[in-house]
Amino acid sequence: MRDQVVVRCKQLRKTYDGKVEALRGLDLTIYAGQCYGLLGPNGAGKTTTIEILEGLLDATSGEVEILGRTWSEHPAELRESIGVSLQETRLAEKLSVRETLELFGGFYRSARPVDEVLDELSLTEKADAWVGKLSGGQKQRLAIATALVGNPRILFLDEPTTGLDPQSRRQVWEIVRRFQSEGGTVLLTTHYMDEAERLCDYISIVDHGKVIAAGTPPELISGVGGHHRVEFALAPPASASACGSASASEAPLSTELWRTLPGVGGVHSDDGVTALTVEEPHRTIPALLALVEQNGWQLSQLTTRQSSLEDVFVNLTGRRLRED
Amino acid sequence: MIEELGELKTEARPRIVIVHGRWTGYRMLLRARLKELIREPEVIFWIFLFPILLALGLGIAFRNKPPEAVRVVIASQPGSERIAELLRRGPEVSPKEQPPLKVEVQPPAQAALNFRVGKFDVELIPHDGSVEYVYDPARHESVLARTLADNALQAAAGSKPALPTVSRVNREPGSRYIDFLIPGLLGMNLMGSGMWGIGFALVEMRQRKLLKRYVATPMRRGDFLLALASSRLILMITEVVLMLGFGVIAFHLRVVGSWAAILLVSCLGALCFAALGLLTASRAQKIETASGIMNVVMMPMWIFSGIFFSYERFPAVVLPLIKLLPLTALNDMLRAIILEGSPLSSQAAPLAVVCLWGAISFFLALRFFRWT
Repeated sequence: MRDQVVVRCKQLRKTYDGKVEALRGLDLTIYAGQCYGLLGPNGAGKTTTIEILEGLLDATSGEVEILGRTWSEHPAELRESIGVSLQETRLAEKLSVRETLELFGGFYRSARPVDEVLDELSLTEKADAWVGKLSGGQKQRLAIATALVGNPRILFLDEPTTGLDPQSRRQVWEIVRRFQSEGGTVLLTTHYMDEAERLCDYISIVDHGKVIAAGTPPELISGVGGHHRVEFALAPPASASACGSASASEAPLSTELWRTLPGVGGVHSDDGVTALTVEEPHRTIPALLALVEQNGWQLSQLTTRQSSLEDVFVNLTGRRLRED
Repeated sequence: MIEELGELKTEARPRIVIVHGRWTGYRMLLRARLKELIREPEVIFWIFLFPILLALGLGIAFRNKPPEAVRVVIASQPGSERIAELLRRGPEVSPKEQPPLKVEVQPPAQAALNFRVGKFDVELIPHDGSVEYVYDPARHESVLARTLADNALQAAAGSKPALPTVSRVNREPGSRYIDFLIPGLLGMNLMGSGMWGIGFALVEMRQRKLLKRYVATPMRRGDFLLALASSRLILMITEVVLMLGFGVIAFHLRVVGSWAAILLVSCLGALCFAALGLLTASRAQKIETASGIMNVVMMPMWIFSGIFFSYERFPAVVLPLIKLLPLTALNDMLRAIILEGSPLSSQAAPLAVVCLWGAISFFLALRFFRWT
């Protein structure tokens, strides 16, 4: 069961209006029961990819197979077996939550009982409220409910938690985990690295229409060269140049010096802050402090934390995931 | 195929599922559409209340008033009081049948002045044993006043008509302005609610990405369009009954033709304009765009299609073009059936116009329609 491929696409390309290349040869394979994440910045091609897989967009070239079938040959059967939540769908405001679910359920030949879905998504209390009156988190849960009511085997979620408060995000994660625990397969897109890291079994990092790295979250993180990050900044030398004193030498401009410290797997400098990727902080940090002391520099900042997918992305592209 | 499906739907954990019939989706779409409509106060106002208010306002403004009095002034001379007396006695006719005479006696100079400035329609100057009429042949009411005054005087003086005649008043319902207006308003209403009702709803759903969300489900696209059309027809019946019922109750409109023919024609009209609405909304991404297109489409019909006044007033050259507009055809049919009781069979040409507009719009709309 676990080895069954449910979604496969090869060399997916999409060109809009003959100019804009949204996808430039994207491959992915999703196995049954997986929660698969497409992680990438805005405009990377995540939505284009997921909409091609959902059968809402045609790829310019490439192959797509869902449950061993293609959209061109078995559209009706595929529609019956997938559930979709688009980015920013605004459901009819003047229908109640229950009416909305009954409507969507009515499209499927076999659907789940509305009450059961309401209960599962903690919407029972709001069953008779108009959609327009719901909070952002409730609206998003309803959007996912409209995908679940058709009893799908695969759930496609495009940016399911964008713009939600932390509690609502956790509720969405719970829903995804429950669906997965009942044997469902999930493909979601996100630009939140913590979401991808916590929720997904397997991640493809997408940038400029291509997968630039793929693996389980631990695999991706260890690929950075260490599981820990040591970040520090040096204070400008206090009136060093004015006295002409040799006691404090110029702070090093090159990152090469830091690479000589024990256990450093990578060095990255950004906006005056130097980040070292290390495997064993207890070896690196004393050496770093000694080096600073020896040169008479001042540390204005020193933090250490676990490496994250964000670091993976920065390492691969030199940019941050969210430029905001 | 069935076996393949069974395999597709295999679940890791069996669940209770409800099996839906072929028409569940359609039923749910229609129900949702109707619920949305009645929950939208603006819809109720524009579709139901507005046309009735319009009919009420125009009906009152152009109601048939009793004829205005004819104003006669007599220059005061010896004997003018006797003439005034004769005039006031007048022929025995009710004011509904002919305008009453309003008679005043004034000093000659003032009488002459007041006639000249139009305060009176005719001036009478009594002479010995005769009466002189001063009137203005260019003013209809002046000519009428002279004739009426003369008739009254002659009758009072005992003259008998040389030829016996009979007059009959004709103010039957059916030939009044309100009778002309109500079928026109009904036609306008069917056009407006068809275009707005379908066009706006679709563009709004597209803008909300709801259309895209729908096509991501197994929803049958035909069912979606069918549900839209059905909701229009249900609303249409309400519109027709309300509008004509209002005419009958408030203005004693007499519906001569058969209700079945009226409903059939209204149904075709509603579908024709729904199709036109579908076409105007087939690609627009924004409400503003759609709204502009719809106004451009509807504006000529508001002006030319004979809603408020007969299109026969336009130059004869453009009349064939005006008759090709769907609203003109619809209004002509409604008037013919409601006011004259014409059978449907006599309406082949306008029927063809409405059906062709509907069918062509529908097929073009299907060709261009954008779900996303």
